[in-house]
Amino acid sequence: MTTPSRRRLMRDFKKLQEDPPAGVSGAPTQDNILTWEAIIFGPQETPFEDGTFKLSLEFTEEYPNKPPTVKFISRMFHPNVYADGSICLDILQNRWSPTYDVAAILTSIQSLLDEPNPNSPANSLAAQLYQENRREYEKRVYQIVEQSWMNFGENEGDMEPKEGEEQGAGDEPAAPSGSN
Amino acid sequence: MAEYDDDDFNYSDSGSEVEMDDGMSEDDGIAMEAEDQNGMSEQKDSSLDCIIMTSEQLEKEMKETISEVGNILHVPLGTCRILLHKYKWNMESLMERFYEHPDTMAFLRAAHVVPKNAVTAPTSSTADCDICCNLAELSGLACNHRACTACWRRYLQTKITVDNTSEIECIMNGCELLIEDEKVMSYVVEEPVRASYKRLMINSYVETNRLLRWCPGVDCGRAAKVSHCEPRLVVCTCKSRFCFACGNEWHEPVNCRLLRLWLKKCSDDSETSNWINANTKECPKCLVTIEKDGGCNHMTCKNVACRAEFCWMCLGPWEPHGSSWYSCNRFDDSAAKTARDAQEVSRAALQRYLFYYNRYMGHQHSLRLENKLYATVKAKMEQMQQMAMSWIEVQFLRKAVDVLSECRRTLMYTYAFAYYLQKDNNSIIFEENQKDLEMETEKLSGFLEHELESENLVTLKQKVQDKYRYVEHRRGILLKHCQEGTERDQWRYAE
Repeated sequence: MTTPSRRRLMRDFKKLQEDPPAGVSGAPTQDNILTWEAIIFGPQETPFEDGTFKLSLEFTEEYPNKPPTVKFISRMFHPNVYADGSICLDILQNRWSPTYDVAAILTSIQSLLDEPNPNSPANSLAAQLYQENRREYEKRVYQIVEQSWMNFGENEGDMEPKEGEEQGAGDEPAAPSGSN
Repeated sequence: MAEYDDDDFNYSDSGSEVEMDDGMSEDDGIAMEAEDQNGMSEQKDSSLDCIIMTSEQLEKEMKETISEVGNILHVPLGTCRILLHKYKWNMESLMERFYEHPDTMAFLRAAHVVPKNAVTAPTSSTADCDICCNLAELSGLACNHRACTACWRRYLQTKITVDNTSEIECIMNGCELLIEDEKVMSYVVEEPVRASYKRLMINSYVETNRLLRWCPGVDCGRAAKVSHCEPRLVVCTCKSRFCFACGNEWHEPVNCRLLRLWLKKCSDDSETSNWINANTKECPKCLVTIEKDGGCNHMTCKNVACRAEFCWMCLGPWEPHGSSWYSCNRFDDSAAKTARDAQEVSRAALQRYLFYYNRYMGHQHSLRLENKLYATVKAKMEQMQQMAMSWIEVQFLRKAVDVLSECRRTLMYTYAFAYYLQKDNNSIIFEENQKDLEMETEKLSGFLEHELESENLVTLKQKVQDKYRYVEHRRGILLKHCQEGTERDQWRYAE
């Protein structure tokens, strides 16, 4: 079944493969072109350097007229990222334009990492440390950079996330509820 | 002290009822008419430069302003609305800036009506649309950022129906060029969306224009237009009475700023304060608020930094109470006394607020009940007309209820005013005026509640009229005193 949004997503995917922007990659999941997984590498010479952060992108049939829902799957410590991984970024809300594509979204999030907007904090601790105690902030960031390598060993070098990995990520939240 | 004139009290005594008896009713009708006219001319004075406009009139006026500016500046009409919107519909300030600016094109670029950096126009009008990837005829604005008609339509519809804005930027991200109304209308074909866009334009016209304000009345849809923006009473065609400056119900004597503080305080604090006041005490050491939900009077403060042990009854330290678990007979103990004194101070502020809040709410509540009174009075008026009184002769009852409602509203806001007032000689005069108005308003209210059934209609009429005239007079005095105080800047507020 092809609809305008699916056609457009195929083009976005093709563009991402033919002309990949530095430090980001993404692909639709095998069974649903409306659900994507992506990886953003922490930009060099920033506290996020060497981090490999996984994200999910959920599109609707209204794409590109409406933005997708983008979330970090990897743990993140950043003034504009909520505890559940949701991102507070203007182009994903009121500044959205249908001319943005997946590559533009991913590169925008990548540059957000080192250019947070402490005025609209989604994580108040991160915002406070960023402004008042940069050293401690960078320490916390380094912790999540190290964590981002954890579930990555078996897939190293393989840019496209596999199903098994998604499963692995899905298991994590289930563990504490089992101990109850 | 002119505000408190003993002569005023003569009102209710003036003229014995016997004298007034027969020929009175006719005279009275005339007297009342004259009074109404006075009332109206007063209102006209205050609303001399205030016009109530329907949305059609607003649209017409907006278009006239646009074409006037278009004729003078020689820019396209679509551009005019965007420019006027940017200058809050202040024609003079727009023109001043326009002519002051050394470079007209730079001025228009800064206003986002001329593209900052236009792409070179492509040779063929048919190509792949960047948004939907279909091969189609593409079009766009002066910046040459192009998309197919279907994508433009979807984009504009989302902006209009979801984002509710009438100032829409070009579809290209980062291009801030604003789209002219004509262009929007050429893409949007669905009638409901076009109607929404028109509504949004008018709304943006009213909201950004300093001399216009929407009537807050439910489903009213009219706006008031004034010649300067200031706090003033506006009476809309729908009978809503509101303040032009803040849009709230007309709130004399309290000013807009204090009213906003008061309303915020009431919505934040009132229920919480009531509950805190009734159910809690403060720890005598760290002042944290504590609710006692059971157990004995030997309290240990849960605050980890405090852990004070004290007696719930006398608020003194627990130590001297020893092992006797309840009978607190140490009321005069000095430590306990200081603790209670400290508590009293912090509670006094709460008590003071609740005093004003409860009276404010009391009058608001009574004001709502006055609507029921209108129905009672209407029935009574019909009954009186059947008993040989003319329509004009029975209008005094409605007028009495009008006066009563006005007084209730004024009284209500006097409590918000009084809450922020510092005690001085002026505030004492104000409180006297307030007390007197309140007392007399209650009497008028009682009158209309209980004495409507009295047999002698002429006496009833006389009494009601005397009462409402006096009450209205008192209200005038109170408001005048408040106004004069504001003009002379003699109110001292504590916030």
